[in-house]
Amino acid sequence: MTKRFFKALITGAAITVGATGVASAAECIAPANPGGGWDFTCRQIGKIMFDIGAVDKPVQVTNMAGAGGGLAYTHVVNERNTDDDLIIAASSATSTRLAQNAYAGMTADQVRFVGAIGADPGVIVVGKDSPFQSLNDLIDAIKADPGSVAFAGGSAVGGFDHIKPLMILQRADFTDIAKVKYIGVDGGADAITQTIGGFTQAMTGDMSEIVGFLKAGEVRVLAVLTDERVPGFDDIPTAKEQGFDVVAVNWRGMYIPRGVSDETFNSWAEKLQMVADSAEWKEAMAANGLAPFTKVGSDFQSYVDGLVAEIAQMSKDLGVIQ
Amino acid sequence: MEIIENLALGFSVALSPYTLMLAIVGCFLGTIIGALPGLGPSNGVAILIPLTFTLGLDATSALVLMTAVYYGAMYGGRISSILLNIPGDEPALMTTLDGYPMAKSGRAGDALVISGVASFVGAFLSTIGLMLLAPMLARVAYLFGPAEYFALYLLAFCTLGGMASNNQAKAAIASCIGLGIAMIGVDNNSGMPRLTGGNLHLMDGIDFLVAIVGLFAIAEVFFFIESHGKGSAIGVKLGKVRIPWPDILATKWTMLRASGVGFIAGILPGAGASLGSFLAYMSEKSIAGENAGFGTGVAKGIAAPEAGNNAAAGGALVPMLTLGVPGSGTTAVLLALLMTLNITPGPTLFTDRPEVVWGLIASLLIANIVLLLMNVPMVKIFVRVLQVPAWVLLPGVTMISFVGIYSLSGSYFDLLLMVAFGVLGYVLRKLDIPTVPVILGILLGGNMEDALRRAMVLSDGDVTFLFSTPIAIVLWLAAIAGFVAPMFLRSVLKKPQRITD
Repeated sequence: MTKRFFKALITGAAITVGATGVASAAECIAPANPGGGWDFTCRQIGKIMFDIGAVDKPVQVTNMAGAGGGLAYTHVVNERNTDDDLIIAASSATSTRLAQNAYAGMTADQVRFVGAIGADPGVIVVGKDSPFQSLNDLIDAIKADPGSVAFAGGSAVGGFDHIKPLMILQRADFTDIAKVKYIGVDGGADAITQTIGGFTQAMTGDMSEIVGFLKAGEVRVLAVLTDERVPGFDDIPTAKEQGFDVVAVNWRGMYIPRGVSDETFNSWAEKLQMVADSAEWKEAMAANGLAPFTKVGSDFQSYVDGLVAEIAQMSKDLGVIQ
Repeated sequence: MEIIENLALGFSVALSPYTLMLAIVGCFLGTIIGALPGLGPSNGVAILIPLTFTLGLDATSALVLMTAVYYGAMYGGRISSILLNIPGDEPALMTTLDGYPMAKSGRAGDALVISGVASFVGAFLSTIGLMLLAPMLARVAYLFGPAEYFALYLLAFCTLGGMASNNQAKAAIASCIGLGIAMIGVDNNSGMPRLTGGNLHLMDGIDFLVAIVGLFAIAEVFFFIESHGKGSAIGVKLGKVRIPWPDILATKWTMLRASGVGFIAGILPGAGASLGSFLAYMSEKSIAGENAGFGTGVAKGIAAPEAGNNAAAGGALVPMLTLGVPGSGTTAVLLALLMTLNITPGPTLFTDRPEVVWGLIASLLIANIVLLLMNVPMVKIFVRVLQVPAWVLLPGVTMISFVGIYSLSGSYFDLLLMVAFGVLGYVLRKLDIPTVPVILGILLGGNMEDALRRAMVLSDGDVTFLFSTPIAIVLWLAAIAGFVAPMFLRSVLKKPQRITD
């Protein structure tokens, strides 16, 4: 009985393997455990691609956690470099880590960044009782005395949350960025707690992290780091309209292996565009606090290249890389 | 009276037959997960999250199921602590100190019932506390900055010396090994990898579950092999389970105090159940005095950590729900679940989604009663899982350890690491160096270092910043007293170490 069961099982497995060999389904690697942002990117985009008919088989999601995405990156570069049916979830954290050489010698040009179709806007936030009423107040205070303002953020020192206020300061011709105080705590909510508690003067993070505190009236958002004001938060000014041309968003997108043809690259870019245009994706974005941010194909590749270059330079100035 | 109305709303959600069934299933699964060594609550909840998606549960049902598993695992963790001297999860560590000696002396049934009742008291009181105080207590988190956190962790390590071993030097060595291991991985304050030897697998640091399972379960297997299967640690027999009323009545104040201590420890973000059970045990030990025989198998030594860790489990839900700051590893997993369910925890959750919050609270109360019924009269069912002969059980434990750890990261590297920790645990125990401080070092070391580094950034390296607030000063004084006192009390202190015979 048991023997026969196992035989059936093995036969079944063999048939399945054979079948996938003939018409292979696309695979999406989420370089993190289930539940996080990268996992969400893979599962949502993969599902919508199938639902709207951009791919003819359901996209398989593989979780490959480790080294902040470095394990998956190394795996793709070394072992899957010509795989046409592979997409990998990425975000601004991917580009930050690449810029800072946090993937053990891997570089951004070893894969192709195919597109981003949503973003969590960066924000600069203070407690409701803070003396700072606008981004200019805050920047002036830092210029007068760099040690007087400490930022709290959810990423480690040199991470994207740390970089955001520094990008603004650079636009304000403040170059001594290593003097700016920043503490990295465990996530945006913790960073807000420290700011409301008065241990730090400002918080740098993503829009989705602060929505609850904003509604409760505990915090004031000095600036959102997008091109346009974010729908639904129309009374929050952008940094741009306050005179600091900084767009820093936590984008959600995909990269694919370096070794694929341009046709493959373009076809994935098209598929991402189709997802971006779909009603399903708009719904998923609204439910998850993402703002529209669509850049696909070579447009996106050059955006990432620019980002990586800027963060690499800034990290050198900060001393987090040599 | 608002609370009564809210609670009525909660019970109307939680008492639907389907939700009730989910709560019972969750309690049962949770207890088994908690009882199996290595599969702690965070593991258990993480493994079961995909299940809630497969079942297509709505937000409330998914939360009810997962929190029932969470509470169940906190109850179950004590079973293997008491019977096997292997903590089922990290907060159950302290329960081994008195639970196992009591079981060895032929009172395994009593130990299980006392701990079950203590768990109930702790969890029940903290759920009531959560209900009454959540909106207020959320504010406590605003009072704890880097300096206060550093002092809090220091307190934990200073009082550890007198607790874990008769020889403070050995306990200190063990703490340092733990702190050293905690430094492996990306340095939070510079983004640079430390002590990784270029190995990508070590970039995220060492998962304390890998260390815990290695140091306890795998080391246990090595001892078993060494003794050729004779006289292994699993010699505990469980007779008829009776309710030891005198012990329960004698520990009533202990349970109440430990619940309070545990609840407060749970509220502090990042501290969680481990610190809760630890502080509850230590405070009861000092209240009882040296003659109470803590560490030799006394009822209070079992009741305190169990009430403490279950109360902390409830306490940890306070910052998670009101601030979105998880108070422990498991609540971090629950937080991820909430986010995927499209619920953003934060100060407005109680007003925006009352049905979710109050449904959750009501189902916690129900889960508690179900768990008490399951864990006292029916405890033998769970014990049977662990009562198979050692030559079957230990390979089983090994297998579950391997599967459990593999499911964490899906990486063979963690398995090698786990075996390495097993060897370390074996060597340390041979040298009579306690392994508990190693674990606490790994568990709290990273947070403690982060707190210190943040304090230094904020104060421009001014050391006096560390004792600049009343809360921090009180914690420092307690820490110094905790470290110095045992030196003078050496002659009267009993040695409450893991029994390895």
